[in-house]
Amino acid sequence: MRISDYQYADIIHRCFRCGYCKFPADWSDVTNCPAYARHRMESWSSGGRLWLIRAWVTGEIEWSPYLAEIVYACTACRNCVEKCPLPIADNIVNMVVAARSEMVERGLLPPAVRDVLTRVQQRGNPFGLPAKKRGEWAEDLRVEKFSGQDYLLYIGADGSYDSRAQQAATALVRLLEKAGVSFGILGKNEADDGNDVAFMGEEGLADYLMEQTIARFRELGVKQVITLSPHALYAFTAQYPRLGGDFQAYHYTQVLSGQLRTGALPTPQSGGLRVTYHDPCFLGRWSNEYKAPRKVLGAIGGLQLAEMERNRKSSLCCGGGSGNCYTDLLGGSEESPARIRIRQAAETGAGILATACPNCLVLLEDAVRAEGLDDKLDVRDICEVFCQASGIPL
Amino acid sequence: MDAVYRALVDIVGSDYVSVQPEDLFTYSKDLGTSEPGKPDYVAAPKTTGAVSRILKLANEHKTPVIPLGGGMSLAGLALPLKGGIILDLKRMDRILELNEKGRYVVVEAGASHGKLTSYLHKHAPRLMHSEPGAPPAATIGGNLAIHGQGDLAHPYGFNSDMIAGMEVVLPTGEICRIGSCAMGEKWYTLHPLPDLSLFLGWNGSTGIITKVSLKLYPCKKIREMDIFCVEDENLVPEILYELTHAGMAGDLVAMSSKLPPYSDRLHMISIALSEDSRQEMEFKRQILFDTHLAKYIREGTGGISMAGRDVERPMVSKASDWKKGGGFEYVGAILPVTDYPECYRRGAAISAAHDIPYTVLGRVIGAGHAMMFSWSYAFNRADEQSIAQARKALHETDDLVMELGGTIWKPAVYGQKLLLEKMDANTLQMMKKVKTMLDPNAIMNPGHWEVD
Repeated sequence: MRISDYQYADIIHRCFRCGYCKFPADWSDVTNCPAYARHRMESWSSGGRLWLIRAWVTGEIEWSPYLAEIVYACTACRNCVEKCPLPIADNIVNMVVAARSEMVERGLLPPAVRDVLTRVQQRGNPFGLPAKKRGEWAEDLRVEKFSGQDYLLYIGADGSYDSRAQQAATALVRLLEKAGVSFGILGKNEADDGNDVAFMGEEGLADYLMEQTIARFRELGVKQVITLSPHALYAFTAQYPRLGGDFQAYHYTQVLSGQLRTGALPTPQSGGLRVTYHDPCFLGRWSNEYKAPRKVLGAIGGLQLAEMERNRKSSLCCGGGSGNCYTDLLGGSEESPARIRIRQAAETGAGILATACPNCLVLLEDAVRAEGLDDKLDVRDICEVFCQASGIPL
Repeated sequence: MDAVYRALVDIVGSDYVSVQPEDLFTYSKDLGTSEPGKPDYVAAPKTTGAVSRILKLANEHKTPVIPLGGGMSLAGLALPLKGGIILDLKRMDRILELNEKGRYVVVEAGASHGKLTSYLHKHAPRLMHSEPGAPPAATIGGNLAIHGQGDLAHPYGFNSDMIAGMEVVLPTGEICRIGSCAMGEKWYTLHPLPDLSLFLGWNGSTGIITKVSLKLYPCKKIREMDIFCVEDENLVPEILYELTHAGMAGDLVAMSSKLPPYSDRLHMISIALSEDSRQEMEFKRQILFDTHLAKYIREGTGGISMAGRDVERPMVSKASDWKKGGGFEYVGAILPVTDYPECYRRGAAISAAHDIPYTVLGRVIGAGHAMMFSWSYAFNRADEQSIAQARKALHETDDLVMELGGTIWKPAVYGQKLLLEKMDANTLQMMKKVKTMLDPNAIMNPGHWEVD
């Protein structure tokens, strides 16, 4: 079957499949594409995927569950965009998302993807948990509800529902309080930011979620938002303006680095922690923010930051982007990207692997256990590391 | 599932074997104009032992085996012409030993050139290997199987002249070492033992290269490129003669291309220079330009169009976008340096006849002993007519190479046929004996270098 209205039909054939997209900046290996690293077969590389999408669009091959899995296994980490030397580079992820949209349109989804989208549709979150429980994580913290404070703290689905990500959210609340930041949360009135849904190709649902959030923000007079998740940050800064969102959004590391600069947040002592940092794709490659998280870590006295060889624009994705954190299409192997990333982190000799994204936090913590390295390497969010160094009980 | 599939799963694990139509589709195509060739299985082994077991299995079942590296030949050299098992060797990518003072490195054949360059940059910055102009995903083994050349071609020859040892798996599954490594663990030389390097240039039709010891060469701190430009193509051979006589340059490449428009009909001779100090660099420049090339500058027939340019990784893939079509292929040929003018004129004419912007490039191999010419033809992958036109231009260029008395480099099947037709009968028979002896069931990459 030919897909007659595929949005990128006029350019998708321009991928040469030359393989630059697999590399990090220093060319050290072909394994910086997370799906290719997991499977090591060409179909799973960025180029292979584009050629298959084109073959599906032109009717050379039929849709199959395997094809859908290949298309959805892309984590939208943007490594390929950074490395591709051709003018189509900026559209590589768009071409994949457009193919997903065609699959959504036709109801041709991998079951795991379908289930996540159904849960978001029905319950407003990818976990399928009741919307009314969304604010429970903060009940004991006595965080104020948003009512015109300087900032809205947007927690997102992971920080609201996932027990590990909730710990990071808690640490962030404590830090913002310590820094004297005026903020409030939405609690059970918070809706999904729609970022992953958009990247999964469900445009209609994504737009609905985004419009719902924009309306709520407008109603409450939200002007500035702090996000726990870089995924929400990207949605708020890059996607919401298209739908009329007119507020400023910041990742929490950007706010904390500002508070450190003004002295509002005191700099603690770490007692010689050796930490490595994993750049989340939606903070780094998508939002071009590499400095703020390092400034926050660097403000901790005595902390040694041991960079992994693949850092910043060459960071290896944990495998969780564009919904893969919930669908786990790249899991189940020693070569799952999160496990490779843990081994890269362990090579630095660090005792802590810090990150700044709840998706990365959850996947990497699972991976550190799978690697049997949980007694040597702690996976923490940056705000947890900062709280610990500051002696803030969590 | 059939017995071969089950056996492959047993050898490499279910994650690394596929008979999924999507994978068979992906591996049925390469980047150039070749017609697709569909495999029956795809397998990605991790070890030499696994390769050996797969070849024994393939012999049992008389199933073809097609070894694949980076898949960058563009000439369809790793496309299954008769079905069988595609062996994607890129999981065999470890760097096993660096002997810095002995100036060699032992790698698994599926390691990419990009990986090795990066590794040397970090662990032995005073050493380099000869990296081809291909994308960095090109593999070490794949490049040797097609007699590739790289950025050290002028001083040291073909990349396949720069090996100090090999491990190969014979078509019947035996694992052999060639060179000093056959007698122990020292991989420092291929010579002076009887020559057994029967795997270079055979496109994987005599066995599978699994490990390689590559010679490493001094890598200087400063690496720059100067470009000397002439309008008259007839001057290129004598200028290259001057430059190779001076012996101071690294890579020497002469190139002319229709695009960008300002370069049309100009001949750019790029001269790679490398040294550890500015003083040495300037000394070299003085000798090259004030002595050897001064005449052309004085006459006004040549000039320095660029000096001191940083040497960047070539982005050859950009050629695929000349027609905004995601494709290009080139004919490579080894010819004497003196044939540059004719190669340029005739190649540009073929391009013009097919409405394809011409690109003619010649890289000096050795001290001007030969030149690797390439004539590139971009095409639009979405337009069958464009592909057919490029293919026709490629075939005409293959014919031209033969007419000029050249030797087609990494020929596609069409070019192989031309070469075999012209080859001395006794040489042909020797090739046949070698092939039959090593590969009695004719399972290795059948359709390539086949002597009737």
